[in-house]
Amino acid sequence: MPDSTLTLGELADQVRSKNAGPFWITLDIFFKDERGYRLVANSAVLSKQVIGHLYQVDPATVKYFELPDILAVKISFPRPVTAGSFNDRDLHAGQQHVPLAGLHLPPARR
Amino acid sequence: MPSCGSGHIVVLMGHDPMVAALEAGAEVVLAGRATDTSMVAAVALMHGMPAGPTWHAAKTVECGGQCTTNPAAGGVFVRIDNQGFTVTPLAPDAACTPTSVAAHMLYENADPFRLLEPTGTLCTSAATYTALDERIVRVEGSRFELSPHPTAKLEGTRLAGHETISIVGIRDPHILASLDVWLGYLRSVLEDRVRSTLELDPQHYDLALQCYGANAVLGPLEDSAGPAREIGLLFKVRASSQKTATAIAKTANPLLLHLPLPGMDHLPSFAFATSPAEIERGPSYEFVLNRVLELERGTDLFRVDLSEVTNA
Repeated sequence: MPDSTLTLGELADQVRSKNAGPFWITLDIFFKDERGYRLVANSAVLSKQVIGHLYQVDPATVKYFELPDILAVKISFPRPVTAGSFNDRDLHAGQQHVPLAGLHLPPARR
Repeated sequence: MPSCGSGHIVVLMGHDPMVAALEAGAEVVLAGRATDTSMVAAVALMHGMPAGPTWHAAKTVECGGQCTTNPAAGGVFVRIDNQGFTVTPLAPDAACTPTSVAAHMLYENADPFRLLEPTGTLCTSAATYTALDERIVRVEGSRFELSPHPTAKLEGTRLAGHETISIVGIRDPHILASLDVWLGYLRSVLEDRVRSTLELDPQHYDLALQCYGANAVLGPLEDSAGPAREIGLLFKVRASSQKTATAIAKTANPLLLHLPLPGMDHLPSFAFATSPAEIERGPSYEFVLNRVLELERGTDLFRVDLSEVTNA
């Protein structure tokens, strides 16, 4: 996709990731305003399939939540590699938000 | 259940053992592994405060300033009553807002509305968050669903081996332009040498090559294109003993120092970060157990030792 389109990280106030216990990763997106939230919530921009593709995990294991009261979207999925194991790259999963933040929004939705 | 061998199993404590210690006269409780929330909830529950607001207040306060607009500034004060609780930041220049307090239920928790505790589940789907002024937030409507039995989460690790690491810097643009080729070559040359000198096949040890500066953090999820300007290669080996892990790392040493790209007509030299290059990391453990036990009482599995501390 061309670099000229807006990314989720640019649209949102904050995109973050963290372990939810040693076997799960959770991603939180906080939006600046209602408009930004509506661009993503209830749309095809984000879905279990999109997360499955971005993080190379089975979409059936992905949990997806929309929180309109606080303009947030939350996504959780089992860690492909258990926290702290030999092949783990990020003990607290604090940097795993970057692929999500880099997701390009389709121009039609801007 | 998987075997934990020479690893460790810990039980995640709820509030019941802490209440037992306080009721027995303890003024200070040194708890073992416990849920973040339970040490806050214990005193309030002991005084008969309602479970919904108590557990939600405990979850809100557990990470200090994380539930404020200025997380680095300090903690928060929660006041629990029969209908709910109020949250006030301690730092004068920090504020709690309905969003910052509600957002804290998302933190390190897979489900934003449900938080599992040893005695039940905090449910916040009907919670309301109201600003009392520009810094203080009121929360009502939190519920706590008691489990039929108290539970205890068991977490276990097993000894997975011993690790040795080396760190080497690579700045040469020729190597960095073909980094994947070089890494593949390194792995195959090393496997051959370990097989011929130590008589170990690759399935008898674990090898990780993490390139900080290229894709060490995201691995296959990394999508930024183009060669890195500089990388720090973390060479990590795990074997059944420290001696073997270090022997493999020492076998890798001349390769990490000098391995050329295939077809290169000279021997490059790379930048070891330490001397000697090998750093022994000691035993390495992995999570292998994550189970929930049903208990008769929340204090089962936990013993309380009381002792008097006197000023010498």
